[in-house]
Amino acid sequence: MKNIRFIVLGALFGIVLSKAEVISWYRIYEMFKFQSFHMYGIIGSAVVLGIILFSFFKKGTIKNYLGEKIMIEPKEKGFYRTIIGGTIFGLGWGLIGACPGPMFILLGRGVLSILIVIFGGLLGVLFYHAIKHKLPH
Amino acid sequence: MDFILEPWPWYIGGPFITLIMFFLFYYGKKFGISSNLESICAMGGAGKLHEFFTFDWKKNRWNLMFIIGTVIGGFIAFKFMTPDQAIALNPETISDLSEIGFQNAGVQYLPDEIFGLEALLSIKGAAILIIAGILVGFGSRYAGGCTSGHAITGLSNLELPSLIAVIGFFIGGLIMTWLILPLLF
Repeated sequence: MKNIRFIVLGALFGIVLSKAEVISWYRIYEMFKFQSFHMYGIIGSAVVLGIILFSFFKKGTIKNYLGEKIMIEPKEKGFYRTIIGGTIFGLGWGLIGACPGPMFILLGRGVLSILIVIFGGLLGVLFYHAIKHKLPH
Repeated sequence: MDFILEPWPWYIGGPFITLIMFFLFYYGKKFGISSNLESICAMGGAGKLHEFFTFDWKKNRWNLMFIIGTVIGGFIAFKFMTPDQAIALNPETISDLSEIGFQNAGVQYLPDEIFGLEALLSIKGAAILIIAGILVGFGSRYAGGCTSGHAITGLSNLELPSLIAVIGFFIGGLIMTWLILPLLF
């Protein structure tokens, strides 16, 4: 079961986001009110270190576990999809204070209500694929 | 040992996220949570509703394992690592929240006004939960990623689509926080 390592990584992710209070609705509200540096510090430091990390991937200094070069799949381009999709996502994030990762972490805390949110998330995904051909991308 | 039980500062949380992203890439994968929502739909038989969901979700089994891990991690952190559930919020945030109807902000980890049983059993409360979920699910797949895929991975890779998506995340979040939340509560 080599997938067990991903359970371990996921558990670590769940612990880190819980302990750093990223999954608290209050922290997200505070972030959008610009009343705390906390969330900006977390995302900012993760990205700055990520840029350094990816530069090592691109140079080939750091290889994957098989000794191969690590490739990062580029994101799909499209102005409308990212700005409109991003805004819709942000409305939900601001309302419920949880993006997809934290939803599952909150489930682990025993927050019953989050099951409804996750169910809504699945509906949203179905809905997107049902109407995507009509949307600008 | 005390440090583990205290809330972790940003300079611990942020670097840990990068470390986890490193391991995912090191093991030949990527860091993206919202695509799991598609895998769960496919696993649940959504292929009957739309051909998109006929993809082989088993290829994403590792990522489903990752989110199962996050559930376990959330449980461990809650049960054994967080004796004090209070959030040390900015006093301004607390007074802003009390103005729009949120009492005792930060005393608990989450507001009862949104996550409490009473809210869950009310029409308004249940509607907020499901609509927020739909917005997050729909928006993340339309944008092609969520906080992990766009804000962390995409920005680390200096991608323009991710920068635009993150600007969108903030437009939406600011509209919700400043304009809509005060109307809802």
